[in-house]
Amino acid sequence: MPSLKLEAITTSHLDPVDLLISEGETVVLHGASGSGKSLLLRAIADLDDHAGDARLDETSCSSVPAPEWRRQVGYLTAETHWWAALVGEHFHAKNSELVTRLGLPAEVFEWEVSRLSTGEKQRLGIARLLDNQPDALLLDEPTANLDTEHTNRAEAVIKAYQAEHRCPVLWVSHSPEQRRRVADRIFRIEERCLVQEPE
Amino acid sequence: MTLISLTITDLLIAAVLVLLVALLSWRLYLGSAKQLLIAAARSAIQLMLLGYVLHLLFESNSLPFIATLSLFMLSVAGYEVMARQKQRFRGPWGYGIGAVSMFISSFSIMLLTLLVIIQPDPWYKPQYAIPLLGMLLGNTMTGIAVGLDNLTRNAWELRNQIEARLILGQRWSEAIADIRKEALRSGLIPIINSMAAAGVVSLPGMMTGQILAGSPPYEAAKYQLLIMYLITAGTGFGSLAAVWLGSRHLFDDRDRLRLERLKSR
Repeated sequence: MPSLKLEAITTSHLDPVDLLISEGETVVLHGASGSGKSLLLRAIADLDDHAGDARLDETSCSSVPAPEWRRQVGYLTAETHWWAALVGEHFHAKNSELVTRLGLPAEVFEWEVSRLSTGEKQRLGIARLLDNQPDALLLDEPTANLDTEHTNRAEAVIKAYQAEHRCPVLWVSHSPEQRRRVADRIFRIEERCLVQEPE
Repeated sequence: MTLISLTITDLLIAAVLVLLVALLSWRLYLGSAKQLLIAAARSAIQLMLLGYVLHLLFESNSLPFIATLSLFMLSVAGYEVMARQKQRFRGPWGYGIGAVSMFISSFSIMLLTLLVIIQPDPWYKPQYAIPLLGMLLGNTMTGIAVGLDNLTRNAWELRNQIEARLILGQRWSEAIADIRKEALRSGLIPIINSMAAAGVVSLPGMMTGQILAGSPPYEAAKYQLLIMYLITAGTGFGSLAAVWLGSRHLFDDRDRLRLERLKSR
């Protein structure tokens, strides 16, 4: 599994960011609302025009077609969005074992999207992302709408995937406890820059 | 059958009826008397002027004159398509998409019809060319404008869903497929409905006109059918072009959704 390398990625809110996330490593990012955390993740996923480059091992973002790049870097948005009527229509492989570990019944794939709660959507968003088998994870507050029990389940599922695939993870989290639980290194955004916090 | 020419008196009788409606509206405080009278006066001036220009055109039979008028009509139609969009493309694309699709839907279909189907002598005979182009422009314009408006409005409203699909690795054409399908459908529905209702619910305008002008009903029906098929083909090709060009321009070459290329009216 590869490392994720950011080379002078620049967004409207951030000065050029250089960062190497090794294979299997979790870097957690936090900062005030509007400081540019989500914009950084969007730039890495190549959803917005930006300066600089991102690499998975030696593969540069600009050297592969954008859809393939996005499948590889696995970006989970803070709010998940659904385009089809049924949950199952959003999945390639309907992995019932995975949704069960997230605290959802195996029949969830037959459910209508319009009847899902915010928390169910967030957990299914994680399942949908992992269903795509990404090589890295960019997670924007993946447990913001979950209670303690489901937060623990979601963290366990993400960590298990990371351990199995040895993938680099960039995780945005507002919770100090969660940062301590999941992070190898912690950065906060301060005056347009990423500042590493002491371990 | 010969055409019964209308006198000024005949028209005045009809005009008095409109005047009566305006008077009634004014007395009952319904508030549309002024608009009604202005619209009635406008239509009188516009149609008389059109009659006069067409009269000159038929007399002259000049190709440059006909070509100029056709291009003028086409460019106005392209502008109309753009003007009817709630969210329209910025810059030259806004007008370009309308103009290109109107060209495909009307101009090329008109040429094909004149050269291959009707074959008048000369081929550009204004008595055929101008009404044909006018019918095509007027009818396909609505379909194309509706289709394009549906595309840009839905892309704007459903932008989060489009991005969710892009994030999971879909190409731009997959991410907008449902919206594009719906836009094409909305553009084609009016003409499908009017074909289905033709002759049963409604007596189409062109056929009515030809019958009043003394054509045998059977000939009028054939012309009406021809025009309907041409309008359907024009609307179909024009909407396809407009929706394809429009949806392509909503994304850049890295499959990013570029909604800033639209501006709200």
